[in-house]
Amino acid sequence: MPKNPGKQNETFVPPNVSRRHFLAYAGVFGGLTTVALACSDDDNDNGSGGVSLGTGDVAILNYAYALEQLEAAFYTQVVASPFSGITDGELALLTDIRDHEIAHREFFKLALSSNAIPALSVNFSTIDFTKRDSVLATAKAFEDLGVSAYNGAGRYIQTADYLVIAGKIVSVEARHAAYVRDLISNGSFAGNDVVAMDTGLDLSRKPKEVLSIASAYINTKINAGGLPS
Amino acid sequence: MNFQNIFNQIEQVDPEFYARTDTRRESLKKFAGIGKKLALTAIPFALGSLFKKAYGTPPSSNVVLDVLNYALTLEYLEAEFYANSLTALPGMGAPTAAQNAIKVIADHEAAHVTLLKNVINSLGSTPVPKPTFDFTAGGAFNDVYTNYDLFLAVAQTFEDTGVRAYKGRAAEIVGGGDILEAALNIHSVEARHASHIRQMRRARSSDTSINIKPWITLNETAGIGSAVQASYNGEENVVQATVNIANLPNVSGTIGMTAASESFDEGLTKDQVLAIVAPFIVG
Repeated sequence: MPKNPGKQNETFVPPNVSRRHFLAYAGVFGGLTTVALACSDDDNDNGSGGVSLGTGDVAILNYAYALEQLEAAFYTQVVASPFSGITDGELALLTDIRDHEIAHREFFKLALSSNAIPALSVNFSTIDFTKRDSVLATAKAFEDLGVSAYNGAGRYIQTADYLVIAGKIVSVEARHAAYVRDLISNGSFAGNDVVAMDTGLDLSRKPKEVLSIASAYINTKINAGGLPS
Repeated sequence: MNFQNIFNQIEQVDPEFYARTDTRRESLKKFAGIGKKLALTAIPFALGSLFKKAYGTPPSSNVVLDVLNYALTLEYLEAEFYANSLTALPGMGAPTAAQNAIKVIADHEAAHVTLLKNVINSLGSTPVPKPTFDFTAGGAFNDVYTNYDLFLAVAQTFEDTGVRAYKGRAAEIVGGGDILEAALNIHSVEARHASHIRQMRRARSSDTSINIKPWITLNETAGIGSAVQASYNGEENVVQATVNIANLPNVSGTIGMTAASESFDEGLTKDQVLAIVAPFIVG
């Protein structure tokens, strides 16, 4: 349940969101209780129904678009209602991260054009945006998830140009991840929970695993049946 | 110059291997039974699936080896740079936390060297030998192991260049299955390193007029200066796949040039990277 659903609903919607976006956002919080109850681990299974990511490279790009939507929505809220005790320096860099994630989201939206999935409705009811620990733990989870998602998706991309784009984004996500991790615990930028000490390799996650983790924060049912695996 | 030769020689390392492995069927035959070796070397992926699980047209074996040896040479550079620093850091005045962070990075770079050599060996080829390095770059950075700020500046440049180097060759190994994935897994670790080194530099600088962020702003060197400008040229690009990122909508207004440049890291070509590291290679 949201810590303060009324306040969250009020501050979450950025001033210039389109009507369609606004309705999506309003839907998140207006119908939160019932939607949350209806949520299950089956939401992102490969069955029919839900928002289809498409197939092939389009599916991979929509998959990335979905994750960028999640990150952008999260940091938009973080900056709109900063946690208690945030420093000017932290707010400045978290605002940078918000801008980067919005840039990624808007890029995919434009690049995918008519193939793009719609705006997802997100569910941040488990996040206490007033608390530093809650916000940074979520930021760390999202950034590490994003890095592992791009790392795991690269092998399925067939078009060289798309692979390069994914590469240009994933290293920025890794820079974010390292920064957020260091905010939580200085020196944990590449901790052995994400980077294996024996090989020096960062984590990869398969798309299905990533979507399963992300589904805790996404109300919209995603049909990933067309994702290569 | 010698460095360039190393790369030219890669193509002559094992010409028979290329001939043997030009077809998918023969490649798979060649890789059969490789599991045992992998178990011994603890590589977390199976080279046997290099082509099996690849999407699209798999890269040719000689392209894969060229990229792997290129990566190995850059990892040799980083690994030795940090290994040399470990005993020097206390004398440079580096705090304990900083020494620990550099040790983590040094261990990763050494692991990357081992991993890449194992992969190249497993492909039936011979890894390029480690070049002889001069981290003073012929005298330009004479006090690299006595001046902590200079050390961090060179570290930042190596990490940012490494990130760009991997990215610059990704297109050549599209469809490269496990090897592509391993390269991506190294690439993001280099970016984590770069982020931390940049934060270490930020913490030491009282000049807030200089952008020293975990990410790269425009083509700025983050206050290091013209000596390393080549490692940042091109990072100011804001057009991705014909989309001008700066003009995209933000919460209010547009993304703008600064965030647009920061939100996408740019690749460097092989020639650009070789020119950047050439001053550090003496043989």
